[in-house]
Amino acid sequence: MSTPAQDVPTYAPGELAALAARHGLTVSGARPSLPAYIRQLWGRRHFIAAFATAKLTAQYSQAKLGQIWQIVTPLLNATVYYFIFGVLMDTRRGVEDFVPFLVTGVFIWTFTSSSITAGTRAISGNIGLVRALHFPRASLPVALALQQLQQLLFSMGALVLILLVFGQYPRPAWLLAIPALALQALFNTGLSMVMARLTARTPDIAQLTPFVLRTWMYSSGVMWSLDHLLSGDRVPHAVLVALEYNPAAIYINLMRYALIDSYSGLPAHVWAAALGWAVLCGVAGFVYFWKAEETYGRG
Amino acid sequence: MADLKDSPGDHRVPTVVVDDVHITYTVNGARTGKGSATSALSRLTTRRATPGARKVHAVKGVSFAAYKGEAIGLIGSNGSGKSTLLKAVAGLLPPTRGQVHTQGQPSLLGVNAALMGDLTGERNVVLGGLAMGMTREQIRERYDEIVDFSGINEKGDFITLPMRTYSSGMGARLRFSIAAAKSHDVLLIDEALSTGDAKFQRRSKDRIKELRAEAGTVFLVSHSNKSITETCDRALWLEAGTLRMDGPAKEVVAAYEAFTKRK
Repeated sequence: MSTPAQDVPTYAPGELAALAARHGLTVSGARPSLPAYIRQLWGRRHFIAAFATAKLTAQYSQAKLGQIWQIVTPLLNATVYYFIFGVLMDTRRGVEDFVPFLVTGVFIWTFTSSSITAGTRAISGNIGLVRALHFPRASLPVALALQQLQQLLFSMGALVLILLVFGQYPRPAWLLAIPALALQALFNTGLSMVMARLTARTPDIAQLTPFVLRTWMYSSGVMWSLDHLLSGDRVPHAVLVALEYNPAAIYINLMRYALIDSYSGLPAHVWAAALGWAVLCGVAGFVYFWKAEETYGRG
Repeated sequence: MADLKDSPGDHRVPTVVVDDVHITYTVNGARTGKGSATSALSRLTTRRATPGARKVHAVKGVSFAAYKGEAIGLIGSNGSGKSTLLKAVAGLLPPTRGQVHTQGQPSLLGVNAALMGDLTGERNVVLGGLAMGMTREQIRERYDEIVDFSGINEKGDFITLPMRTYSSGMGARLRFSIAAAKSHDVLLIDEALSTGDAKFQRRSKDRIKELRAEAGTVFLVSHSNKSITETCDRALWLEAGTLRMDGPAKEVVAAYEAFTKRK
């Protein structure tokens, strides 16, 4: 199987590298620097927006009712939780405005959990695109997080209806929902990028994610008030503080505080914690994703 | 063409320089069936360190330089490392050893590179264009051209149907049309053209000629020796991960044909 020398040109060591250097060629597949990567990503902003919208509309394209499901799905979710946790388990006792409380919790939690789930499929679910075309791969998790944000805006429409029905009327505090959502979206995007890198390397993590998410949901006070449930000496104070400072609980509380009249007692440092989680996760998640940029087409 | 080296008086500009590239895959679960729970369990209990990961040495020290305006065919039997080498040139599969230098960003066009199946062909054209870095105006300008080139709409309004309803040939045609809409410094085509019908193959050959005229370099992997000799002026013959021959397409294809007949 020896190769006849005359059929293949031979090169002295370093000759090809010198040729490449002389003509200013760059190493293929090398990871761009962080500032260059951010510039590339910004250059693809129209792609990100178009991808998010396309995915959103494709989601129910096979259903007969089509886009109506955008609003019906979250409403059905809230109804299920209302019967199980509100009526059967009676967690509504002692919680004023339980329905707005519950629905806000469910919608805000769904925003985070579905962003994470979407992140686990950001690379593996679009591997054809990744292998066919060149673009900064962070476009995918960012686009999917944006899709979840668009989805949430539909849910917020449903939420406003529910609030009106249950006697919550628009007031200036509702405007606080905007910064709260912005912070949560940043937090979700960061987490989604972490999941995208983890599952691109180890697909098994996608199997574990639902269990982690469920545990997280039950400990974040989505369907009940953490304060009520954990009052007394049953759990150490430190645990209660940890649960209340977990990002999901923080973003849920901010939104309840913004939208529900009777929901009060939100200390100012909750905003600081919300900002902290958003910046920490957003920046760390982005850098973590970028560090493996050149490897995403593999597998 | 016999001496492909870059002598001092050479005016040719290299676009791809592959310098002693080795590629080794690590395949997880190659030997033990992934679906078998008992084998996975026994692996956990008996072999704690590394489960049955196998290394596959797909490309073994390949070197060549490709120049502006060249169309290069890659031939070799199945599993000789052609597609792996293209992926490395495209920057999708980092070489284990050696380096690939390129001018600009090469684009790989593979057979199984499905775009987004749930979306209509129309949306795929727009998204593909945006992903390649085209602006919305550029896509608007070229949209009709892309659709006409793909020939998707020749038998009815297929462009507004989801891509998952397309036949594999139709999908490949649309993907090629999207990728070919932009001029690339280096375009790598992995058997993408073999799925189209005769008419489309002729059209894509013309398009490849245009791309070359725009001072790009085109690589073509194909098992059709005819399409290599018709489209390419130079050919690389890979066998078992090593480069066996590098020269004018006609000579290399003739040698390859002699080799396959001998076996």
